[in-house]
Amino acid sequence: MSRSPLLEVEDLRVHFNTDDGVVKAVDGVSFALERGRTLGVVGESGSGKSVANMTILGLTRAANADISGRIVFDGRDLATLDAEGLRSVRGNQISMIFQDPLSSMHPFYKVGRQLVEALEVHQEIDRQEASKRAVELLGLVGIPDPDRRAGEYPHEFSGGMRQRAMIAMALANDPKLLIADEPTTALDVTTQAQILRLIERLQDEFEMAVVMITHDLGVIADVADEVMVMYAGRVVEAGTRDEVFYDPQHPYTWGLLGSLTRVDRPRTARLAQISGQPPSVISPPQGCHFRPRCPHSFGRCTETPALEQRILTPGHADRCWLEPERKQTLRVVSSGEIGLEEPAA
Amino acid sequence: MARYITRRLLWSVLLLLIVAAVVFLIFYIFPTADPAQLRAGRQANADQIAAIRESLGLDKPLYTQFWIYIEGIVTEFDLGRSYQSNAEVRDVIFSDLGPTALLVAGAVVVWLTIAIPTGIVSAVRRRSFLDRAMMITTLAFISAPVFWLGLVALYLFASDVGVLHIFPGIGSYAGADGIGGKIGALLLPWLVLAAATAAIYARYVRAQMIEVMEEDYIRTARAKGLPERRVIMRHALRSAITPIVTLLGLDVAVLLAGNAILTETVFNIPGLGAETFNAIKRSDLPMIQGITLFGAFFIVTFNLIVDVAYAYLDPRVRYQ
Repeated sequence: MSRSPLLEVEDLRVHFNTDDGVVKAVDGVSFALERGRTLGVVGESGSGKSVANMTILGLTRAANADISGRIVFDGRDLATLDAEGLRSVRGNQISMIFQDPLSSMHPFYKVGRQLVEALEVHQEIDRQEASKRAVELLGLVGIPDPDRRAGEYPHEFSGGMRQRAMIAMALANDPKLLIADEPTTALDVTTQAQILRLIERLQDEFEMAVVMITHDLGVIADVADEVMVMYAGRVVEAGTRDEVFYDPQHPYTWGLLGSLTRVDRPRTARLAQISGQPPSVISPPQGCHFRPRCPHSFGRCTETPALEQRILTPGHADRCWLEPERKQTLRVVSSGEIGLEEPAA
Repeated sequence: MARYITRRLLWSVLLLLIVAAVVFLIFYIFPTADPAQLRAGRQANADQIAAIRESLGLDKPLYTQFWIYIEGIVTEFDLGRSYQSNAEVRDVIFSDLGPTALLVAGAVVVWLTIAIPTGIVSAVRRRSFLDRAMMITTLAFISAPVFWLGLVALYLFASDVGVLHIFPGIGSYAGADGIGGKIGALLLPWLVLAAATAAIYARYVRAQMIEVMEEDYIRTARAKGLPERRVIMRHALRSAITPIVTLLGLDVAVLLAGNAILTETVFNIPGLGAETFNAIKRSDLPMIQGITLFGAFFIVTFNLIVDVAYAYLDPRVRYQ
């Protein structure tokens, strides 16, 4: 096995030409993901986290989309691959699951049949064999009585069972990478935990890497090895989970962490919030995109800070001009003691 | 499902009864001419007219007349006799239904064959030159009245009066031999009758496809690695076509009920529409009544078929 990462995205840009102007949905995103690891991508709506990951599979290709950068997966650049080449990767080496499992499955086809379709498109397999495998997959993801459930329609499944079925479909061809786009957002908390456990278990079994896209830091804390914080089309901070949670460097990350409800804290009057609105991705603020909402912005913030290592920890990078020493004091004040204690073993 | 269908059938019967009553009332309360006089002919004297009035039951109270009418329909499907030709209305309708059914069936095939591919291509190649060209063409066909289109078609393509002698011309249906001849004679009427509907359906298919292509499950289908062709034909079209079934059922019913009247008149096809036209012209009440009731029957029946078909097409729809 090669030592190079499974997925390496370099300076990915996805710009959509619209009547209102150019939407810079993704504006220079780079990251790498090792085999079997989990990358958590966190950010609010419109931060570009979904678009960036859908672009990996070519799902954002359209007449009005300008896509540039490199997406090297397993030695191949997916960004330059033709439609047919991409198609053979989709659902095969890279699978994707989505937020709303009800709307993500075809309402008119039985669940088993949708799995069979996923198998048949990438494998030389006869219908009977595929049906058998579909039932196996449903059983594997913890759907009770899979033989019967395979013959049911998506609307006859509960939310959690539907997402399990989606995961089963995603696993059909033994992918090396699973992109999970807010897979638990539409589910209740108990079901959410079950789905996350399931993804972790299958990740070990199938030796998959996972990109977990979410706006929920709780999910990230639960499953991610690495974390990437996105804001207005750019990565503002990247590092290991512990680095980002316990030593956050970017004021936006401080804000996100400060807005978490935590049971190990005294209940304060209200949660910290990030004031203002996310910027327009058509005409973003000059320099640091977070500047207008940042309580610590200063003169230099009108220049764009690069995503680079600014503290001693290798691999922990951020886009903030503040001196690391100043951050140590500022983040306490700004977000009420977040991120300063040591990892609890 | 069986219970649902039974209930719907009972409702249908009630609905038809109401239609029959309304039709009956309209024509007997506001007659365009005295039926007995019509039946008796021009030279009849008062006694003869009175005798006919009695034999037709026209001297009885209205509810008794209605009862006799309904009883006749239920027991022996007796819709009365034409005032004009004295022929059984039932027999006339059955013999006219053949040409109309053939005309409508062919037109349906033609318009679906044109509309579905046009709609799909237009939706998939949205905003392309092809899309715009096709949508402008459809607009032209929707705007063109059927009788005008029919005459233009005859002028251009009919073998007798046309510039290019391609298709059989006016009145060729009546003279055509065998099913092959009939089909040949109907080619032009099919195209004319289908033109406007094909255009409307093409636009509808396009709108449906555009909407469906935005659905999450289409994204899933692509993420699965399905070829785009399969995504469009198996995933998108399957959803887009379902509401069109509703439309189709009603359009077919309305055409069978005599709404192909303009096409039948222009091409001189002896169908239900042409019969309706003649019956109205001659105040032939039993004939108008019979055809109206028959039309209502078609509409009610096709509505039921559409609703039942829907339950099969969309598994989320289950009737109790």
